[in-house]
Formats: sequence, C-alpha cells, structure tokens
Amino acid sequence: MPVIHIDGQEYEVEAGQNILQACLSLGLDLPYFCWHPAMGSIGACRQCAVVQYLNPEDNRGRIVMGCMTPVMDGAIFSLNGDKASEFRRTIVESLMLNHPHDCPVCAEGGECHLQDMTVMVGHRDRQYRGKKNTHRNQYLGPLIHHEMNRCITCYRCTRFYNDYAGGTDLAAMAAHDHTYFGRHEEGVLQSEFAGNLVEVCPTGVFTDKSLMKGYTRKWDLQSAPSVCTGCAVGCNTLPGERYGKLKRVHNRFNAEVNGYFLCDRGRFGAAFVNSEKSLEYPGLRGEDGRFNALDHHSALMHMVHACHAEEGKNKVAGIGSPRASVEANYLLRLLVGAENFAPGFSDREQPLIELALALQQDSPALIPDIQTIESADAILILGEDLTNTAPRIALALRQSVRNKAYELAAELRLEAWQDAAIRNLAQDQRSPLFIASVADSRLDDIAEDRVALAPDDIARLGFAVAKLIGGENISELEPELQARAQAIATALQNAQRPLIISGTGCGNAAVMQAAAQIAQALCQAHNRAMLALAVPEANSLGQAMLTGPGAQSLAQLSKRAAAGKLDTLIILENDLYRRGPKASIDALLANVANVIVLDTLDNATLSASSLALPAASFAESEGTLVSMEGRAQRYYPVFVPRQERRASWIWLLAVMKESEREEVSELHSFDDITRACASDIPALSGITGAAPDAHFRNAGLKIPRQTHRYSGRTAMRADVSVHEPKQPVDEESPLAFSMEGLNRSQPGSLLPFVWAPGWNSNQSLHKFQSEVGGHLKGGTAGARLLLPATGTSASTATQPDATLAPSAPQQPGQWQMVPRYKIFGSDELSVHSPAIAELVDPGFIEISSDDARALGVNDGEGLVLNKPDNASQGELLTIAVATLEVRLNDSIAVGCAGYSVGLAGTEDIIAADKLVLSKADNWKRHKPQIIGSDGGGSTGGDHV
Amino acid sequence: MSELIPALSEAEIAAIDAELSHVPVPAGAAIDALKIVQAHRGWISDESLNAIAKHLGMSAAELDGIATFYTLIFRRPVGEKVILLCNSVTCWMKGCDALQQTITEQLGIGMGETTTDNKYTLLPMTCLGACDKAPVMMVGDDLHEEITAQSLQALFSNAGSGGET
Amino acid sequence: MSLDRPLTRNVRADKSPTDMAAYEANGGYQGLRAAMGKLSPGDCLQIIKDSNLRGRGGAGFPTGMKWSFVPMENVSTGHKYLICNADEMEPGAFKDRLLLECDPHQLIEGMILSAYTIQADVAYIFIRAEYLLAADLLRQAIADCHAKGYLGKNILGSDFSLEMHVHPSAGRYICGEETALISALEGKRANPRAKPPFPQVSGLWGRPTIVNNVETLCNIHHIIERGADWFQSLGLTEDAGTKMYGVSGRVKNPGCWELPIGTPIREILENYAGGMEDGYKMRGFLPGGGSTDFLVEEHLDLAMDYDTIGKAGSRMGTGTMIILDDKTCPVGFVKNLVEFFAQESCGFCTPCRDGLPWSAQVLDDLERGRGRPEDLETLARQVSFIGAMGNTHCALAPGAMEPLASGLKYFRDDFERHISEGGCSFHTGGVS
Ligand SMILES: Cc1cc2nc3c(=O)[nH]c(=O)nc-3n(C[C@H](O)[C@H](O)[C@H](O)COP(=O)(O)O)c2cc1C
Ligand code: SF4
Ligand code: FES
Repeated sequence: MPVIHIDGQEYEVEAGQNILQACLSLGLDLPYFCWHPAMGSIGACRQCAVVQYLNPEDNRGRIVMGCMTPVMDGAIFSLNGDKASEFRRTIVESLMLNHPHDCPVCAEGGECHLQDMTVMVGHRDRQYRGKKNTHRNQYLGPLIHHEMNRCITCYRCTRFYNDYAGGTDLAAMAAHDHTYFGRHEEGVLQSEFAGNLVEVCPTGVFTDKSLMKGYTRKWDLQSAPSVCTGCAVGCNTLPGERYGKLKRVHNRFNAEVNGYFLCDRGRFGAAFVNSEKSLEYPGLRGEDGRFNALDHHSALMHMVHACHAEEGKNKVAGIGSPRASVEANYLLRLLVGAENFAPGFSDREQPLIELALALQQDSPALIPDIQTIESADAILILGEDLTNTAPRIALALRQSVRNKAYELAAELRLEAWQDAAIRNLAQDQRSPLFIASVADSRLDDIAEDRVALAPDDIARLGFAVAKLIGGENISELEPELQARAQAIATALQNAQRPLIISGTGCGNAAVMQAAAQIAQALCQAHNRAMLALAVPEANSLGQAMLTGPGAQSLAQLSKRAAAGKLDTLIILENDLYRRGPKASIDALLANVANVIVLDTLDNATLSASSLALPAASFAESEGTLVSMEGRAQRYYPVFVPRQERRASWIWLLAVMKESEREEVSELHSFDDITRACASDIPALSGITGAAPDAHFRNAGLKIPRQTHRYSGRTAMRADVSVHEPKQPVDEESPLAFSMEGLNRSQPGSLLPFVWAPGWNSNQSLHKFQSEVGGHLKGGTAGARLLLPATGTSASTATQPDATLAPSAPQQPGQWQMVPRYKIFGSDELSVHSPAIAELVDPGFIEISSDDARALGVNDGEGLVLNKPDNASQGELLTIAVATLEVRLNDSIAVGCAGYSVGLAGTEDIIAADKLVLSKADNWKRHKPQIIGSDGGGSTGGDHV
Repeated sequence: MSELIPALSEAEIAAIDAELSHVPVPAGAAIDALKIVQAHRGWISDESLNAIAKHLGMSAAELDGIATFYTLIFRRPVGEKVILLCNSVTCWMKGCDALQQTITEQLGIGMGETTTDNKYTLLPMTCLGACDKAPVMMVGDDLHEEITAQSLQALFSNAGSGGET
Repeated sequence: MSLDRPLTRNVRADKSPTDMAAYEANGGYQGLRAAMGKLSPGDCLQIIKDSNLRGRGGAGFPTGMKWSFVPMENVSTGHKYLICNADEMEPGAFKDRLLLECDPHQLIEGMILSAYTIQADVAYIFIRAEYLLAADLLRQAIADCHAKGYLGKNILGSDFSLEMHVHPSAGRYICGEETALISALEGKRANPRAKPPFPQVSGLWGRPTIVNNVETLCNIHHIIERGADWFQSLGLTEDAGTKMYGVSGRVKNPGCWELPIGTPIREILENYAGGMEDGYKMRGFLPGGGSTDFLVEEHLDLAMDYDTIGKAGSRMGTGTMIILDDKTCPVGFVKNLVEFFAQESCGFCTPCRDGLPWSAQVLDDLERGRGRPEDLETLARQVSFIGAMGNTHCALAPGAMEPLASGLKYFRDDFERHISEGGCSFHTGGVS
C-alpha cells in the first residue's frame, strides 16, 4: 500500500484512490462538492484543494485538487497549511457570491452540505459588494421542488441525472455564472430516479416537495432503518417521522443492494402510510352491513372465537401476503396450519414465483446482489421490464454497461474515479446488453440490440442461446432469430462475468427457464455466470420459501369454500381483488362466513370482510422481508403506531396465545418468532442473521432513533400538557425512541440516520463507512439465503427440453395480453402516496398502429377487451373483460397487446390471455391530467 | 407545432444530413444543425429546437443546453441583420462605447434590442479578430472596419428608428 | 524574400486570396508531392522535432514533441484526428485571420503533411463563426484539393487517405482551448477537459487527436520541404522560424507582419507599426494578446521570443501586442479584459466562474468611484486565488489574471488614484 505524507504525518492508503478519497477514508475532513463516491471526480468545484510538494525540499508546493490527484507512494501533501486553507475558504466565499441567505426558509437547512462546508472552511465575512444573480425556478412535477438561486454549479445533478441514471430531460444551460440546471421547458421530470437529486444536490436546489408540505428539519425527524416495500429489490431506506406522519424517505446505504440511490417509487411511494385510507380501529360488520369500531381486545376475542376449530373439522384457512413480513406470514400459517395456508399469490403468479425460487436454488450460477450486477460485462434481459418491475436494478445495469469504458480506461491507466475522462474516452462504447421483451423499455438506449417478441418467442430465443452455448444445433429457429441468438451467445461466452436477467414480469415460465438454462450452460462452459430473476413484491421470494412448492392456491381455497368447507378465512395484508378476477374473489369471500382481514389501508377485500383489524404499516412495525436476490432484511418501526393499529404479527400471536395454542407457548417476542420460523423452515433458516436481536447493545447502549438535536419534545404536545410523557419503550429491537444512545459503528442493519460532528448532511455517511464509498463499518445489512448450488448438474426446474419450433400461429383477431408494468401505478400501496398518485395514469392498452388501423381506433380512443367464450365454440359470443384507453406503441411484439398492470380497469385481465378487441362505443377520452401539486401560492413557476 | 410551418424544411434537413456524414454520431452535428436552421430562420424557436433534437435523436434539454451555451445561437427572435459591435479592449480604446451611443441614437435600439421594423438587432461582441482596424463591427455577414460616426451615418442612413426589446 | 518570409510569401498587398492556380504556380503542393512516397511519417516527425518549431497558438509547446505522443502502433481500429485551431478569439489577436484569408492552401498543405506525420485520417478546421470569408475559401480549397488528388482516398497514389472538414464555431472564446474545442467539435457544450489523459491519446470522440494553431500548421510544409536547419536559421534568437507579429492600439500603422522570431519589440513597434499616434505616449503593452502580462518601456529592447518574454514576466502568447497609451485608463483597460474573460468563462470551475465576475465587479467599483482602500487587497487576493495554473480547471482563468496582476504592479498609482479620487479621470475612447 502506498504511503503518503499529509501535514507531516505518514499514512498508508489504498492504492488507486485519489487524495480526497484517501483523506476522507483516513477520517481527515477535506471539503468537497462535485465529487461523489458513486460518481467519481470531475474537478469542477475546486473545493477539495490541497497543496502538493514535489519533494521534501519544495517548500512552496502547488495547489492540486484532491479528487483529481492519485495517491502515489511518497507523495507529500498539506491539507491544513495556510495556502490550502485559504484557497478552500475563498472557494466557499466565491460560491456564496450568488447564494441567497435563505437557510432559515430552505428545506435543505440543517442537512446542507454547503452549510457544513462553509463552517468547515471558516468562511464568515462577505466581501463581495455586487448584486446576486437570480434565476427563475421551474415546475418539475409533483416530486421535486426547484430553487435555482441556491445552485453552486457543482454539476452533480446533471451528472447523476444524465450520466448515471440515463435521464435526458435535465441539462446545464447557458454558461459562465449564468449556468442554469433545469429542463428545456417546465414539466415533470421524466426519470424514475429523479428523487435522488434531493440527496445528490449539496444544497437546496432540488428538494423533496412532499417534505415541504408539513416541513420538518432533519434533526427533528425520528428515523429507523427500514426496507422499501415498493418491489422485490429490497432497497434499504431511512424513513423519517414527526407528529405521527411519515415525512420523507432517504436512502440508507447498503453497498451490496442500493448503494447511494433509490427509485422514486421507493422514495416517494412510502407516504401511503399517511393515507386517509389507513385503518385505525378494528371494525366488526354489523347486521346492517356497516362496520362498527371495536377496541382491540374485543376484536381479538372475536377473532379467537372465529378461529376456534370445531372438533375434528378444521374449517379455518389463511391467505398470507407477499407484501407482509416473513414473521406475520409464518404466524398465520402456524395458526391455520400449512395445509390451510395460501401464500396469497394470484393463481397465475404462484407457479411462476415458485419456479423463480426453484431455479435460483438449483442454479450453479451466482445469484448476484446489485453491486455484483454492476460488475457484469455482458447482459441478457429476457422478458423483464426492469425499470418498472425492479427499478434499482435497471439503474445498476446502466453502470454495468460501463465496464467496457473501464476496460478502455485501464489501458490508459485511468483510475475508475476519473469520471469525465473515462466518459470522453469511451463515448458510446458499452459492454453488450441484449434485451428481448414484449415491447420497448427504458433501457433500450443502452442496449446493443433489442427485439420485441411474444413471451413464448422470448423463451425460444433464450433456449436457442442456451443450446448454442452448449454447442447444440438451433436450425429449427427462424434465420433472423438464429442470427440474434448467435450474437447473444457469442457475447455472453466472450464475457468474464455474463449476467442473465429475467423474472415473472412477462408471465411466462418458459422465459425464466430459458434464462436459467443459459446461465447453466455458461457455468458448464466455465464462465462465471450470474442469474437474476425478478419477482413482484417485497416478500414474494420469502413467501415462496415459507410455503415451499405446492402450497394452496387461491383457486384451491375457492373450491373448498364453494364446497362449504370453509367457515373462516383470515386474510393477511392482501387485497385479493388484485389477485384475480372480481367474480371469483367475490365468490370466494361470499362462500365463507367469517372473513377476517388484517390490513393497513382500506381496500376492496377489507370492505368485504366481516372483521377488519388495523395492521401497522412497515413504518410502524418490525419484520423481515426476503428480496429477489434472497436477502433477508429487517425493518424496524420508525414510530409507534397510532390508535389500535398493531403489527400483524402481534395480532396473530395474541390470537394464538388467547387460544392457548401449544406452538406459541414459548414465543413471546418478535425475535422468538423469527427464531421459530428459522428453525421450522429450512429455506428461511438464515433469517435470524438479517439483524442482531433485541439484546444487542452498542457499547452498552441502545441505538437512538432521534438525533441528539431532536427538539420540541415538550412543545409538540404542549396543547395537551406541558409534561412530556415518557417516551415509548421498544422491547422488540435494539433501537430506542429516544435521543439517548450511540449511533456509531453498529451493524449496518441498525443504522437509523447518518450524522457526524461537522457533517450534518447525508455526506456524513462516509464517517460510517470502512472507507469512503465502501462497506459500512458495522457490516452490510441483510443475510443472504440463496447460495449458488454446487455442481453443475442440470436442475429439474430448468429441464423441460424446449422445442425451438414456432408454436401454432395465433388465432386471427385475437391478441395475447402481455403485462406492461408502470413504476407509478402498478404497485398496490405506493399509489396511495399523494405525490405518486399525481403521476398515475388511468389504465390503458397498448397496440401497434397497424393493429389500431385494423380495429378502426386511434390513440386515446377506447377498446373493449373480450374473452372468447369457450362454451360457445367459435361463435361470436364473448365476455367483456375490460374497456381501456388505446395507446399506440409500435414497438409491441406482433400479435400482442400490452395492458397496464395494476392500473384502474385492468383488474380482470390475466397475462397471456388471448382476447378479442373491438372499438368501444361512447368512449370518453381521458382529459389531459391537471397536475395539482403546485396549485396556488407556490414559489415555483407560473403553471397551473 | 403548426402543420403549415414545418419545423424543419427539406433544405434544412438536407444540409443537416450532409453534416451528419462528417461525424460518427448524429448528436455530434448538434451545433452545425443549430447553425443551419438559424441561417434559414434567423433564430432557434422552441419548435425548431424540438425538431432538430428529434432529427438528431437527442433530447430537447440536451440540445438546449448546447444552444444556450454558445453566444451565436439565438434562442429569441432577432432582426434581419444582427449588428455585432466589438467591445473588446482595442475597440474599447478606440471608442466603441461612443459608437454604441451613436447606433442607439440612429436606430433607436439599445444593446439586445431590435428595431421596430425588424431590420436590426444590436448585440455586443467579443474581439472580432480585426484589432488593427479597430473599431469594428459586423452587420449581418459583413465586417465593417475603422468605423466612425460618419461611416455609421452612411451605413444606417435609410434605417427607420424606434426600437423594441 | 520568399525564403525568409515563408508564411506570407503568397500574401498580396490587396489581401486578395491566393487560389489553387496561383498557389501551385508559386511552388505550392511541391512539398506534399515530394514528401508523399519519399518520406515516412517517422521521417517527417523527425524533421519537425529537429526544426524546434514551437506552437504558435499561445503556449509555445514544441510541436514535434506534442506529435510524438500520438500512438503510432496498435491503433488500427478507429480514427486519428488532426484539428486546426482557427478559433482566434483572444482579444488583440488577428494574425490567423490574415493567413486564412490570404493563403488557405498553405494551411491545407501543412495540414495534409501534419496528418500524414501522425497518420490521422480525418482533419477538421475549427474556425470561429465570424471568419465567414476564410471558411468559404477553405471549403473551396478543400474541394480543389479533392479534384487534384491532394485530399481524399490514396493521396497522390500513396496509401495515405485524408478527409478534411471545415467546422465553423458558434461563438465563445473558450472554444479555442484545445480540449474545449474538442468538446465543441463533438457537438457538446465547450467545457474543457481535465488532463491527463491528453488529447494525443484520448481526444476527439476518445481517439488520438492533435490540435495545432493555424500559424503552426502553416509552417509545416515549408519545414518539410526545406528542412530543419533552414527553419532554425530563420530565427534571430534561440527560437526557430518566423512569427506573425501584430500591433493594435494607438499606433500609426496597426497591422500584422511576418518577421524573424526574436525581432526586438522596439523594431516591431517603430519600424512596422510606425510608432505611437501623434499626441499619444505608450505606457505599456500586452505582448501577446489579452491574456498576457503587461510589459513597459523598459522592455522595449527585448527580443520577441518565447523565453525572453517569459523571463521578463509575461508571455509571447499569440505575438499580437496591444498597446496601452497614456490617454487610456489602465484600470478600465484591465476591467475590459477581466469582464471579457468573466463573460467567456465556460462556467465549469468555481474560481473562474465566480471569481472573475467578482474581480470585474471590484474593478467596476473602482471605475465608478465606489472603490475602497481594501479593494486592492481583494484584487491581489483574486490574483493569487485564480491566477495560478492548477487552481482552475483550464488555463482561461489564469490567463485572465495576467493583465490584472501586472496592471496592479505597473499601474498601481492609477488604481490607488481611482480610490482616492473617487473614480476615473480618463476619457478613454475619445475619438482622436
Ligand atoms: C482560453 C484559451 C483560449 C485559447 N484560444 C486559442 C485560439 O483561439 N487559437 C489557438 O490556436 N490556440 C488557442 N489556445 C491554445 C490552445 O489550447 C492550444 O494550446 C493550441 O491550439 C495548440 O496549438 P499550438 O501547439 O500549435 O500552439 C487557447 C488556450 C486557452 C487556454
Ligand atoms: S477556468 Fe474553469 S470555468 Fe474558466 S473556462 Fe476554464 S474550466 Fe471553464
Ligand atoms: S470535489 Fe474535487 S474539485 Fe470538486
């Protein structure tokens, strides 16, 4: 390791770093702005200046930028000498020439990197007498507020937005001290990752619009380590609360999962916990069909009664939820018995998710975390629209394709942090990414080749690639597909770290099997291959692990219910109306006398229940979720649930205790349940490793959820009493609802917020990392449950010897329904966040313009989707499934029509259904949406 | 975008496509394309910007970032001829401030303004590379050297007066 | 005459352009014909190295050495580029315009040989927007060269091919900085790039690229034709060749002349520029354009070459001098320049983007009688903050500080008087 000298001290530092990284990693405070650990150096702000001396005799030295200067053995620097300090002070003074003195009314105040750096360099008295430049702000949509006057021109925003995240609608405009960062016209920022601007901007130019409504300073936020429930990626988050409301979500660094960035569903979607639809009291449906509020004890007793199994006959069943914790699902399964427990997937999804698990359990390939995904040097995506189903992975893939650039850079001996130089060198040369999907995707711009195919054809292409890699013949395939398969196979074989990604997203098992076969074939060819399979929800994989294959399906339960074999059905955090056609869910619920629903927000299933129990949201409870890579992760209550809300596991444990069930006699705490689950369910045996148990103490102390500057604890309730009540005690975790305790060096899963002396902003994170940008000092959060299978023998799940011959041509006049996911809208809960709700469109159907012409419809008109009635044998009898707005999309695969999953009006459409389309009469075109978030009294631009 | 006034004419597209053959990626011709359209229309309207961006397969924001960087791409309408009055050091020593005053009196426009008859827009310009002939200015495509109050008089004698921003 | 004034031998008194016929009639493209087939790229490089030609764009970097950094092996995939920097936007500079407008073929012949030497297959002439005539002449000349087989595939039957394009800029002084120029040529915002990597290995579109000034490139074919010794013999001092010198300001005969490098300043001022206009006295001058330090009376007998001017505390820069006379306010003079640079800052790095307007604001206060005694200290602070290479991302800002730094040194009285007398007592720009 090179040794460098800083202010007369010798330090051993990591080779390949720059001086700024080295200083920060050594714990030395060197100010900076434009450099970002995930985005590297460009040398724009000149804030990280140090003095470098040529040799020990050199006593003048010259100023160099820390972030642009590689560490070299024997190099001599001064960080604290007058020359360097004076220069850095003048930089801040210069940045402040045009910066408004509006900290008191700035949403960034108190966590502003510019404030921190200003204090750090010691700039105080202003000498500039000129006027400040001012800019006009823009309306950027419901998520992000724009205040350009605060800009210090560090270029971090466009570097993140464009270079890192592939956005195209934000740019640096004009020049010199008029440089402006914005859109070419006002409007909603189009990137799904725009929210990261809030954290990337070192000052208050881009701030969280939701936070500004009912604003709270960072130091007054109570926060706890959490996990995003938006999808199966499992990004680590830091939700912040005040006055019982979730105020905002920041990124919680996890080197292996989300690094520094979240998607906007995760950041802004969590606000559903504040929804007016949230349930606060248990409700019992009365004679009149209306719900009457109950206290929690009476509710519990009602449930105990309903669950009481009558002698011999077990007539209680439970439906779990892929969005509920492992622990709650485990308890429900325990309560009703494994044979009466359905995981709560839709009938279509269930085999797919079970398959996704089996394929990964059996695969000799590496199941990569996101950091590993970023190391891939050739990628094939089969059928998954990652930007909408696993957004953070799409962001990672944008980094993977840069590996080609890093290879070129290595030839010129450029370190990876030389960001601008490497981009200039590589220009648009990328590592190969191939996409076979049902239609266009947001990653197309970085793809070497993309093809739109019907799901079965995607699978055929995949099988062909696998065969080619295995040295087999693929002559049955159409020549065009053969050529594609050949190109893909060659690129994957030539790669050091090929990655195959697929998932449940196109609703087709063969597609995933094809992906697994390719990975397997690559492994046999001695390539280090990776296989990633996306699943839909935060705990989909955990749920499949809990039940194992062959669990009860909704259809099976429905049958039992129809046969009068169910009295009581307990539904855990699951709106069944999103899992199947309305008619069948109606029938299921109608056939059961007691429908008991535990959930957070009101929904159709809850409305159809006989007893509704308010379940605490992820932000008010603890639990374990298993992400798509098989990582078990723990989330903790950020705040104490309101009123009679309880974590589902508490409700369920209480019911079993009241029922004096033997199995739970030894279970008292949350940790007990986790441990019981781990010992009962082999696939989940690792979940106890997700985080330390409640006994963990950090140097003898609990970990505080409140910063030590947390203020107003008495004032907050002064309208009630001037006496501050005792803070709630958290017996279930090592975290405290308090300012007392120690937030330093604890395991990564227990990081409640980042703050360090002098570092109030999120940039303080490096004080918690082993080296800047590296793993957390306390280790990376989460326990991996999926380890690559040893041996390369073909697994049974992968096996079906697929035919490459085209399947029988589709019936003319029928379209195959292919799912089109939307990051804003397809997910059940995030749409209840007011900011996200503004971005959700009404349901739609995508068809090509040729098909539209044939059907006689235009963009924006309506189409009726009809299911051919099999009973009527070829007659024109059909059943209308939906009526949706038409969107023209010429990238859609021939014979396919895309439907917006989860959006209003698409509930009854099932992936792969073949439907008949016809023009809707009397269709009312949806009016262009008026965005209301800035209506009236805003400081933004002059729009509606 | 009006259908009557296409955002890019065939001539413009042909000229842009000719430039595309000199660069490895279409976005590489961004500045040439802006200049071509400006040569035809005098300035770059939002419609033109969007159309050029689309033609080059880049985003309007990115192209606007480029258009607004360069001084000689006009994102607002200008008169038929743009007067670029050099105000750099030699011309300054030789009286460009006084000449500006004269132009303002003659044409009724200050810096950044356009005459009401839309003939001229007056803009300040950095050194025009003709310092031996200072003071200088360009009017449209023509360089005028060693300008004096008299030569200005002659040059703009039949120009109307009155201005507008 | 033609031998010791190679660059301007085709320049006519009326400044009318030399076309292909006239150029060839005067021996044009003979150097190219002679070299192709006879000299290898390595031979050419050696001649240029031996000639001691230094770049005429301002920094005076040895051209042969710059070229030698271009990788010659294992670069079969992809292009290599030669770029002629014809941006000439430095205040006070007007030498390249003369070469471009009077003898475009000289540049093109030089560029073909330069491209041959580094084995570039595409060449661009990046020319400032306002040089419309020059751009037209160059386009015509390129077309004529294609017709003659001097450009295009297999030039003069050799296996060397070269395409050449004229790229007119869209304005902005920073485009003259070679890496900013590359950004501009790529159709991007003209932000300069950090070095390393140098353009010679990663330049235009990430490929090996050489950027040279117009005047530098105009020398090439003469050197290759007549040899390094001949070129060395042209200079009066250590430096080799001739140089385009220019003078602007209150002199009797402002203009631009090709003279042996190392010609004494006084000779240029008196013999060629005709001395000061009547009624004006010289107080100082910027020897090489707006980003060079003031020199004064005492420096008049120095030889105008890179090292001598460097030792005197300034830079030869472009070799085009700007004269400060006694009726012009030195503070206003410096203010004009600093405002120019502030406005032309690309906006990338802090000291330049925000520091230059700050300096300009202080100078404006001085001019308007709002100066305060501590302002001179602020200006001095600005000079050390912005003025050192390495403090900023590129050389624009340090260049911008040169007239201010030296102005504070030589004309301190004037600065102080602006404060004590509450403003400016000059009437700069009065029509003579
Ligand atoms: C701000 C700035 C502007 C410049 N402008 C020009 C210019 O207009 N023309 C030029 O030839 N060189 C200019 N240069 C110098 C170039 O960066 C580069 O050094 C030169 O083109 C190299 O050519 P040479 O080696 O032939 O001198 C400028 C440099 C800076 C820092
Ligand atoms: S010194 Fe900095 S801001 Fe100024 S032109 Fe150079 S890079 Fe741009
Ligand atoms: S952090 Fe190093 S220059 Fe900005």
